[in-house]
Amino acid sequence: MALLDVTGLGISFGGLRAVDNFDIHIEKGQLYGLIGPNGAGKTTVFNMLTGVYKPTDGTISLDGKNITGQKTTQINKDGIARTFQNIRLFKELTVLDNVKAGLHNDYPYSTVAGIFRLPSFKKQEKAMDERAMELLEVFDLDKEYDFLASNLPYGKQRKLEIARALATNPKLLLLDEPAAGMNPNETKELMDTIRLIRDKFDMTILLIEHDMKLVSGICEELTVLNFGQVLAQGKTSDVLNNPEVIKAYLGDD
Amino acid sequence: MSKQLKSNLITYGIIIAFFAIMQTLVGTGTISSLFKGLLVPICVYTIMAVSLNLTVGILGELSLGHAGFMCVGAFVSAFFSMCMKESGMNSIVRFIIAIILGAIVAAVFGILIGIPVLRLRGDYLAIVTLAFGEIIKNIVNVLYVGKDSSGFHISFTDTASLGLSSDGVVIIKGPQGITGTPNDSTFLIGIIILIITVFIVTNFVTSRSGRAVMAIRDNRIAAESVGINISKYKLMAFAISAGLAGAAGALYAHNLNTLNALPKNFGYNMSIMILVYVVLGGIGSIRGSIIAATILTALPELLRGFSDYRMLIYSIVLIALMLISNSPKAKMFFEKYSIKQLIGTKKAQKEEV
Repeated sequence: MALLDVTGLGISFGGLRAVDNFDIHIEKGQLYGLIGPNGAGKTTVFNMLTGVYKPTDGTISLDGKNITGQKTTQINKDGIARTFQNIRLFKELTVLDNVKAGLHNDYPYSTVAGIFRLPSFKKQEKAMDERAMELLEVFDLDKEYDFLASNLPYGKQRKLEIARALATNPKLLLLDEPAAGMNPNETKELMDTIRLIRDKFDMTILLIEHDMKLVSGICEELTVLNFGQVLAQGKTSDVLNNPEVIKAYLGDD
Repeated sequence: MSKQLKSNLITYGIIIAFFAIMQTLVGTGTISSLFKGLLVPICVYTIMAVSLNLTVGILGELSLGHAGFMCVGAFVSAFFSMCMKESGMNSIVRFIIAIILGAIVAAVFGILIGIPVLRLRGDYLAIVTLAFGEIIKNIVNVLYVGKDSSGFHISFTDTASLGLSSDGVVIIKGPQGITGTPNDSTFLIGIIILIITVFIVTNFVTSRSGRAVMAIRDNRIAAESVGINISKYKLMAFAISAGLAGAAGALYAHNLNTLNALPKNFGYNMSIMILVYVVLGGIGSIRGSIIAATILTALPELLRGFSDYRMLIYSIVLIALMLISNSPKAKMFFEKYSIKQLIGTKKAQKEEV
């Protein structure tokens, strides 16, 4: 059984069928790519997977558990974390606090313990600091731990968002255009980081990306969406050579 | 972490220093009795400002009904004190229970109001909280509560309809409010409650729950995506803020002989006044709220010498403060000529020589 099983997923906004009959099966430890032209419905799929939108039909199951139509908060607890196409950091919090916000559910000391600085607060805050710093080190952000998130350069903001998502201890990580707005050097660095996450955290990753270099460089399998429907699915090299994909998305020159 | 601790210690230091200075001045009789009468109100309004800062600065929602929660706390605590007046209970114990009761009931109101209101955002939330403050004030104005041997009687029309037996007393008399509340509030108790308020707010902000609240403020969608329960933490911050306002109300009520709900003390004017303290002190800055509330509460009294022009000068000071606190040039000026910098440059000059 795959880690993520999505069958017959569809959503309509009024008369518009944004995504129709979408299937995807991702095995544990896979690096999976979701590509397609603008407006194909890729981010809508992400929003359905994370409970931002309720799918009209179809089922989503994660690790054998049916999570269709659950609330975002619950889905995160069940094991899906994500990043956003337009970076959504907690801008007025420090880099460290951003990651600690991601650790929120792993260290559940009470508000009363927090206000009165009870032993559980001290113990858990210390453990949180340590784990957050470990994560920041992986992303080479540990030196900037007390910066405000909004003061980080763009590339580091993207990394921080990934670190925050990983802090929630997910089974599946969704990356929405992680390389958007990055220069070729930053993209290359990002590819290494994504591979590192997969290997170090034994993570399963589903990513949306337009940068074909990144996609062909790291993704093992691909799904191509076009007008809300699956156009092609399979091994990266096969999909990228599929004449229909070339016609719809890559362009033949 | 230690930076945070240092900043908190400075805040507590300022409060204690303020208390010590005022106590000395009162002891030596240097300040006027009018100003002496302002010491408890200063505590009341600083507590209000700090608690409103939790809603406006930390939770990031504009609430214009904060005086409503103060009103709830004031009437509940005064009612309790009136009921217990004859019981022979130690006045300090009675006052402490009254404050806690006022805070708890105000917090419950905060939760009840918060459940529908916190679904709204921005202007809509401001409008609904504004309406809430006015509703509370108006309900209190038509509320009659009496007590006799058979228990409590409540009416919304007049004293006669309470149907009290001959031994009954009317405690809340509609627009006339509550008269004869014991004057338990002292400057010392006010300062203690202020310190407790600052303690609760600053520790809340630097704990897991406060981090969740600020995460929601900064980005609701992202907060949800990392598994933070949005409504729970919004409600929590709102209820704590309301509860602290209730405690301030209790302090306010026990500083007066007659407590009644007027537009002046519990109306939207007051809510906006508190908001002015918060905004001028710096949204999200606890210390700023304390300083702004203290200065602006004391200012009308200090300006008494200008007699008729008092409010004119007051508004000019307000505008000047607003401009200064928002102007980058003024900030640069203060940074350049701050005490720290002056000491620092002297050292640097010496090194050059």
